[in-house]
Amino acid sequence: MSTALVADKRPSTLRGARLPKWSPWAIATGSIALGIGIGLAAGLDSEVQWGLLAGLLFLLGTYGIAARVEGRRQAKDRIATALVWVAFILAVVPLASLVWATVQRGVKVLDVYFLTHSMGVVADSEPGGGIYHAILGSLEQVGLATLIGAPIGVLTAIYLVEYGRGSLAKAVTFFVDVMTGIPSIVAGLFILSLMLMLDLQPFGFAGSLALAILMMPVVVRSTEEMLKLVPNELREASLALGVPKWRTILKVVLPTSIGGIVTGIMLSIARIAGETAPVLLLVFGNPFINANPFEGAQASLPLYIYQQYAQSAGSQPAYDRAWAASLTLIAFVMILNLVARGIARWKAPKTGR
Amino acid sequence: MDISTQKPQSPPPLPQPSVTEQKRAARGATRPGDRIFLGLTRGSGILLLVIMAAIAVFLTYRASLAISKDEGNFLTTFEWNTGAVPPVFGIAVLAFGTVVSSIIAMVIAVPIAVAIALFLTHYAPRRLRGPISYVIDLLAAVPSIVYGLWGALILVPHLNGLFGWLNDYLGWTGVFSWQDGPPRSMLTVGVLLAIMILPIITNVSREVFRQVPQMHEEAALALGATRWEVIRMAVLPFGRSGVISASMLGLGRALGETMAVATVLSPSFTIQTSLLDPGGGTFAQNIASKFSEATEFGRDALIASGLVLFVITLLVNGAARAIIARRKEYSGANA
Repeated sequence: MSTALVADKRPSTLRGARLPKWSPWAIATGSIALGIGIGLAAGLDSEVQWGLLAGLLFLLGTYGIAARVEGRRQAKDRIATALVWVAFILAVVPLASLVWATVQRGVKVLDVYFLTHSMGVVADSEPGGGIYHAILGSLEQVGLATLIGAPIGVLTAIYLVEYGRGSLAKAVTFFVDVMTGIPSIVAGLFILSLMLMLDLQPFGFAGSLALAILMMPVVVRSTEEMLKLVPNELREASLALGVPKWRTILKVVLPTSIGGIVTGIMLSIARIAGETAPVLLLVFGNPFINANPFEGAQASLPLYIYQQYAQSAGSQPAYDRAWAASLTLIAFVMILNLVARGIARWKAPKTGR
Repeated sequence: MDISTQKPQSPPPLPQPSVTEQKRAARGATRPGDRIFLGLTRGSGILLLVIMAAIAVFLTYRASLAISKDEGNFLTTFEWNTGAVPPVFGIAVLAFGTVVSSIIAMVIAVPIAVAIALFLTHYAPRRLRGPISYVIDLLAAVPSIVYGLWGALILVPHLNGLFGWLNDYLGWTGVFSWQDGPPRSMLTVGVLLAIMILPIITNVSREVFRQVPQMHEEAALALGATRWEVIRMAVLPFGRSGVISASMLGLGRALGETMAVATVLSPSFTIQTSLLDPGGGTFAQNIASKFSEATEFGRDALIASGLVLFVITLLVNGAARAIIARRKEYSGANA
């Protein structure tokens, strides 16, 4: 009886020998254990090495065992699978570490006091102080940038989708693509060169202009994608009723795609809210509260993080503040992202994709 | 049921409007409202072009002010001394550092990003694909200054062991020798940049791999190919140009990254042949670190180095876009 069962379970000669389904997990567990073991035994002090060792052992183990049992072609397939998994884990580890570090170190000083006070009378190396001035500056600069960048971006996208034929549209499309790749510091330098020529001192609105330049191409791209999703039948129906084209665009096309457009704008806000380099050049930073973006240096959240890190000569309270401000910034960006994606899902044009 | 039989007969030909009427109708600018609206939208399109042109013109103008007074050769001088009389500065060290750190980032990021893209399209369990894509998007959404802070305070201490290893086993090459400084070197910068450009390369590559014709893959499978052989024979050849342009988009990001480099690197104005020893600098990092104590002339000099960066990124991005434009469907601009 038992011999018959064993005989039935024998691999078919057609497919050749196969490793059991649980083998990758077993090899992974084994290599992680070995990696930690070797790391402990050899006294390697950093987890990076342990991880690399475990990954290497996993790849070698997979190949060795699979080559033995299944043959070389199958072994290559398995090692490719293993490599792809290892690559994925390699990408997740830094993200997990970053989020963990930011949350764990950020919550130390993050409280209502921190959010409602400025650094006005606090030296960089002392405990205390807060980010109220930075949040205020960030909101004003990003808000003004959005007021400039979003309408221009949306209008350009409308031109490209609804009107754009010919060489002008082609040129705009190409340069919008190229513009997405402009380093943020170059946008900052551009506004800086204007300020040098007009002999202006740093102020918040200058930062807004640079941020608006960075925002425009992103808004154009995402809006373009959304407008293209609007079915042509809707436009044709409206035009056939004698509605002028501009009213068709305003009353039919835009309302249909408004969810996606808002999503795109919010994602671009999330992107520029974290920009430091242009703000560093143009807004300069200010430990006091300055609510006027048109005159005098202002603070901003990303710039605050940089200055707490760079100007404090390694004092712990400043690092704590930097982490807390990072947590605030990440939370803001992530919430924007989540809400934007929520809107996208809720308001998506039903095209039956 | 045959669809073609249900089609209505084509209507009798209408009288054709004249050519000018056709043109006007095509532009849609026949009514005042239409004309205003068209003017507005076209105006903002033109404004974008003007901004691009203005960036080039103003940067060139301010840069020419600085370079004309430069006593050294702007391209080959190994110094950045804008305060001296006469001023001597050049971008040789910055160009070297920018290229080296970007190459390191590409060497690390491209294979991993392609692997993750394959993971998302061919390997991951179907239920996991959505959440994993979301995680990759989150990687892209983290501001660069936070990466910088994380890199400087978390990554750097963790690299001590790895650097020791590299020095022990590969130190004889000279490229991986290490003299026990803090690991705030080009290699660290490269690793951090790799993490930062991973999402964009992954996202664009994933879009390409998704478009591989199902038939090709099924044909390969039917011939008895393993999954890896399918990828090697059907997926990778199809996606090659897409992966190249994705990598160039990533390269553009790496070249221009400022804050992460400025926080992690401990800069010096020397060409550092060892990747593990601190020193060197990049265009963007140099601008950010030198800016606050620069005079007006010093700022012009920094603008000159920024102009070089602008031209390089313009070329890289333009090339990437040109490759992508041949296959319109997957523009990676949203990534």
